[in-house]
Amino acid sequence: MATSGCFRLLSRAAPSSSWRLLAAPLRTSTGWSSAVRLGPCRPFHAAAGLSSEEKVTVHFINRDGDKLTAKGKVGDSLLDVVIDNNLDIDGFGACEGTLACSTCHLIFEDHIFEKLDAITDEEMDMLDLAYGLTERSRLGCQICLKKYMNNMTVRVPEAVADARQSIDMSNNS
Amino acid sequence: MSRIGGILGCASLSALRVLLPKGPRAGIKRLLSTAEFRPRICIVGSGPAGFYTAQHLLKHHKLTQVDIYEKLPVPFGLVRFGVAPDHPEVKNVINTFTQTARSDRCSFSGNVTVGRDVTVEELQKAYHAVVLSYGAEDNRTLGIPGEDLEGVYTARAFVGWYNGLPENRDLKPDLNSETAVILGHGNVALDVARILLSPLEVLRKTDITEESFSALASSKVKRVCLIGRRGPLQVAFTIKELREMINLPGVRPLLDPADFRDLGDAIKDIPRPKKRLTELMTKTALEEPSEEVGGRWASASKEWRLKFLRSPLEVLPTIDGKRARAIQLAVTRLEGAGDAVKAVPTGEVEELRSGLVFSSIGYKSLPIDPAVPFDSKRGVIPNNSGRVLGAPGLYCSGWVKRGPTGVIITTMNDSFDTAQSVLEDLQSGALELSGAKEGFDLVSHILRSRGVHPVSFLDWEKIDAVEVARGKLSGKPREKIVDQEEMLELIGH
Repeated sequence: MATSGCFRLLSRAAPSSSWRLLAAPLRTSTGWSSAVRLGPCRPFHAAAGLSSEEKVTVHFINRDGDKLTAKGKVGDSLLDVVIDNNLDIDGFGACEGTLACSTCHLIFEDHIFEKLDAITDEEMDMLDLAYGLTERSRLGCQICLKKYMNNMTVRVPEAVADARQSIDMSNNS
Repeated sequence: MSRIGGILGCASLSALRVLLPKGPRAGIKRLLSTAEFRPRICIVGSGPAGFYTAQHLLKHHKLTQVDIYEKLPVPFGLVRFGVAPDHPEVKNVINTFTQTARSDRCSFSGNVTVGRDVTVEELQKAYHAVVLSYGAEDNRTLGIPGEDLEGVYTARAFVGWYNGLPENRDLKPDLNSETAVILGHGNVALDVARILLSPLEVLRKTDITEESFSALASSKVKRVCLIGRRGPLQVAFTIKELREMINLPGVRPLLDPADFRDLGDAIKDIPRPKKRLTELMTKTALEEPSEEVGGRWASASKEWRLKFLRSPLEVLPTIDGKRARAIQLAVTRLEGAGDAVKAVPTGEVEELRSGLVFSSIGYKSLPIDPAVPFDSKRGVIPNNSGRVLGAPGLYCSGWVKRGPTGVIITTMNDSFDTAQSVLEDLQSGALELSGAKEGFDLVSHILRSRGVHPVSFLDWEKIDAVEVARGKLSGKPREKIVDQEEMLELIGH
């Protein structure tokens, strides 16, 4: 967890309240700041220590089928997990966890979905506008990690644009 | 690397690293040759479509240079000038756009009107690809007598006015009518209704302009009637905005039970979003509210209602013939089924007294330049996944690509889709990269020769800082500068 620890140090060093840099950032060590965090789990990002207790592992199946695995603390939202671990999911969390968009839409496994906290009308309202809505859809910013979620797999739904072969020219010219 | 500020800026470092392992000499040679063929792409318009297109291109092609041109001195289009001031959450996307603009491979040039200061043809000479993301700058008109009377406004101008759009700063709407009529059942109509009815203590803390706030503070509007030609199943607004209206403090919703009583069967098989939306309207119309809510509604001093099956015929003038006095409506009934359902006049005519009428029947894109194909009937640039038909090297995204509908995620996906087309064409060779293009160097030369002074992103950040500082004095996120000249003076133009 050296990398993630490094991020947390950087985060705390940066006082800016603009905590989101890019919806799907690259793996670089520029100054992330997570001073302000919205969402249902914690009104602001707790400046907790680096202890690894209460960590939950989550697997994300990205739109291209790639599996991204990351850890978060109990109480973190899935949006926190994506941001804190710099997971490369295009356009994820555009409204920064304020229930004003549906870009953090995730699809859950049956046995996990059944145990999730009840959904609010406001979350349902935003999910109504999500792409690829399923019976097991929720917004990542509204789901907070609990111990029983350890090793769960969530799927990023395909957007219309992703039905096509995705091209990434990051590593070539 | 002059700056390591932006994530995207650092990306070119990793691209460089890929080139280096072959040994310094080979590396430098390859670097030079790739620099020569660096794809240069420009984007016309800096609203969400422009910025999401730029973001996707920069992220997925580590050599490309993206230059964004904007008509106004300030960026972000409808995120700044369209999103309602009491919806600051949606404006969080600006944080991501700002990171994109700060990238070393991205530039922003405001105060440049493409089609006037520089032509699309000239942009095509300077860039390998040109993406048109300039949105929908006009609105559909009612085409009825009395539309030009005082007291009749387009929702678009009203939204521009309270959001500080320079061209609407002198609108000065007359808010002395107790009843306001809004023609249209979309989210913009609900935005206008909400701004007219919201408690002042809510609006005071938003980035609504000072002038519009004081005008609203002395507004006499108590009742807002939103009129649609068709029925409850054809409304275009979304559920979040409807719920907000229903829960608006100090305001009572009035939905006619007769409009909803017989919907029962019709909503069984419709898709979830429309079903939940219709159920919320039906519940509000037919069910007894809880004691608390009922009490709140009973004591409310303002109200709004949805009126269905009415088509505007004429705005009637006051005796002096100058101002709106009332609106004449044709009662309609529905014919046909599904999305094709049409409102047909029954012959019955009604009159509704109101000195304040807003038309909110949709935005409309305009052609930008004779060199660009345009479908004036649909109000879009004809395209296939963002590739402008019959015009290689030209692309479009956002409202000018698919029409003026949808929420932020719609425009995001749509812009990613266009960027994907550009990337595909770069990879397949459909986009001719053999000749180096001069990009901004050429364009800035052209602009200089015409006496046009572009506003850079750094310039915008100066304007931004002044707005935020002014807002702070009155407990607002910002006080928008509404005078274009003042903006330019601030940055020494």
